[in-house]
Amino acid sequence: MISTKSEIPQSHVLKALEENGLDRRPANWDSYFDDVTEANVRRQIAEPIAPFSLRRLKTLISPAALPYLEQMAQAAVRVTRQRFGNTINLYAPVYVSNFCINRCKYCGFNATHDLPRKRLTVDEAVREGEAVAREGFRDLLLVAGEDPKYVTPEYLCEIAARLRKHFSSISIEIAPQSEESYRIMERGGIEGVTLYQETYDRELYREYHPKGPKSDYVGRIVMQEAAARAGMRRLGIGALLGINDWRYETMALGLHAHVLIKHYWQSKVSVSFPRIRPAPDVMDNFPYYVNDRSLVQMILALRLTFSDIGMSLSTRESGEMRNHVLPMGITHMSAGSKTNPGGYEVDVDATEQFVISDERSVAEVSEYLRTRGFDPVWKDFDPAFLDSGEAVTQDS
Amino acid sequence: MIQTKTAAETDALVIAGKKFNSRMFVGTGKFSSADVMRQAVDACGTEMVTVALRRVDIDNPDDDMLSKLDTSRIQLLPNTSGARDADEAVRVARLARAASGVEWVKLEITPDPYSLLPDPVETLKAAEILVKDGFIVLPYINADPILARRLQDAGTATVMPLGSPIGTNQGITTRKQIEIIIHQATVPVVVDAGIGLPSHAAEAMEMGASAVLINTALAVAADSVAMARAFKKAVEAGREAYLAGPGQMRSVAEASSPLTGFLRDE
Repeated sequence: MISTKSEIPQSHVLKALEENGLDRRPANWDSYFDDVTEANVRRQIAEPIAPFSLRRLKTLISPAALPYLEQMAQAAVRVTRQRFGNTINLYAPVYVSNFCINRCKYCGFNATHDLPRKRLTVDEAVREGEAVAREGFRDLLLVAGEDPKYVTPEYLCEIAARLRKHFSSISIEIAPQSEESYRIMERGGIEGVTLYQETYDRELYREYHPKGPKSDYVGRIVMQEAAARAGMRRLGIGALLGINDWRYETMALGLHAHVLIKHYWQSKVSVSFPRIRPAPDVMDNFPYYVNDRSLVQMILALRLTFSDIGMSLSTRESGEMRNHVLPMGITHMSAGSKTNPGGYEVDVDATEQFVISDERSVAEVSEYLRTRGFDPVWKDFDPAFLDSGEAVTQDS
Repeated sequence: MIQTKTAAETDALVIAGKKFNSRMFVGTGKFSSADVMRQAVDACGTEMVTVALRRVDIDNPDDDMLSKLDTSRIQLLPNTSGARDADEAVRVARLARAASGVEWVKLEITPDPYSLLPDPVETLKAAEILVKDGFIVLPYINADPILARRLQDAGTATVMPLGSPIGTNQGITTRKQIEIIIHQATVPVVVDAGIGLPSHAAEAMEMGASAVLINTALAVAADSVAMARAFKKAVEAGREAYLAGPGQMRSVAEASSPLTGFLRDE
């Protein structure tokens, strides 16, 4: 992985965060939203979604917008249906390894935790993939802790190649990789990368990631750009909700999305809302717990700022919460997820990264979507798009 | 352009030698279910339905969406949406043809996944390859008259300029360019994308478009089937009005009793 600044090409994301004073929570945070009035909020809701404006995002996430959540929700439902139709894409995560050399204070896979570590063999990972394919999934997310001894591009490419016939789309949520590694994986049929910054605040980042390669804030924040340059089509971003003021994180996250869309316009950005969940052996008194009202405001504000980005809500959230939020901007959902390597079939008792909340089966979730008037979409890509090595334009 | 005015009843659309009795094409994305999509397709009487190859298993007759389409009556028009360049579009089109035997392809190359605006350079490149390859190519393009000419010269079966960006329901915001495209066309002109209301469809048909393609306006309507019926009427009305030869539109009123009527030859 990239570890020194000198190797890093110019990062548009880092530059934008710094220029807008959003690489840390602004010093005037206590009065940051004082210049937003309810009249500003009403005006933003009434106006059509224009090109990105940090001011609009700030207005919609402000405390002044709280009395207008219902109007925001109505507007968000309209724009989401217009842009995405009456469909929800379904995907499934497969955890392939819980080995990890990092010490993230909120994570069940923290290197200091004494838990049985497991990396699935390629055969085991294929069995897990086949198990979720039998549930109907065609969109696969491979997830792993950070340990370059166990999780390599070659390992993931081999899994992807073996599972290709079952899945139309395969993406990864693993540690940051070099641009070259992303390129290898893109050629290997992996076309999406999800990587959460956890927090955009440099100082807080250091506090929560004291050791290991993940302690490098800059090394992480530039990675979506490396993935995009390597040809990855889908870029998943997010902040871990619960370790910092969600309003600050949403400002930085929105700016991150905007910069990626502007400079890497051929890749599609998708935002996730990982609200912190109980996990084995981790602190349970997070200082910035994000309540339901705040999470809804965050989702609505982002949808009303970006009409076309993907938005994903995983089984971290309860079935009830997902049912309510569903029409307000969400485009992607997981279902029936296991967060332990082998959890679907190979080793169902392995330790989980975090405890999921929506425990409904895949069939229950997809049936529920239908009753709400949404078509569950399993396949939304085709491996035929991927370059198999032939240059088709030359053989005519 | 020479206009042979035939009665609306006998006014069939012909594309690549195939006759179509309906001038409404339908896209299949965004519907709340495959059943609702099928009902909308039936209600509007369309005979040309486009499906995204990325969404279906083209080689599987039991595919949720494909199994709902009566291909004895409907021409299946696979589309390449999701392709970022000519290579990808050509590859997907070839694999789809090999799997399904369908030679028709709606060529969509949209490298910007947000606006989904078509790439003119890659579209022309892919069209040239696919035409040579024996495909019946219907390219989705911005309303660019020169690009339309280049494509029809390359042998595409139609040109499909957008009325406004896809999914926006804004109607025919590219009217002036589409008028030029229709005026110079040697192949049918299908207005695709942005048509949000039956009145927009009627407008396109009144202008002389050969057909329109509708998707979002049906899929996200509260009642997709009723909206499909409404569009059917609008497309037929617009076509009939075009054939009837509408009076010229003028920017100023023309008095029916001219001011100079008092002048007499003496």
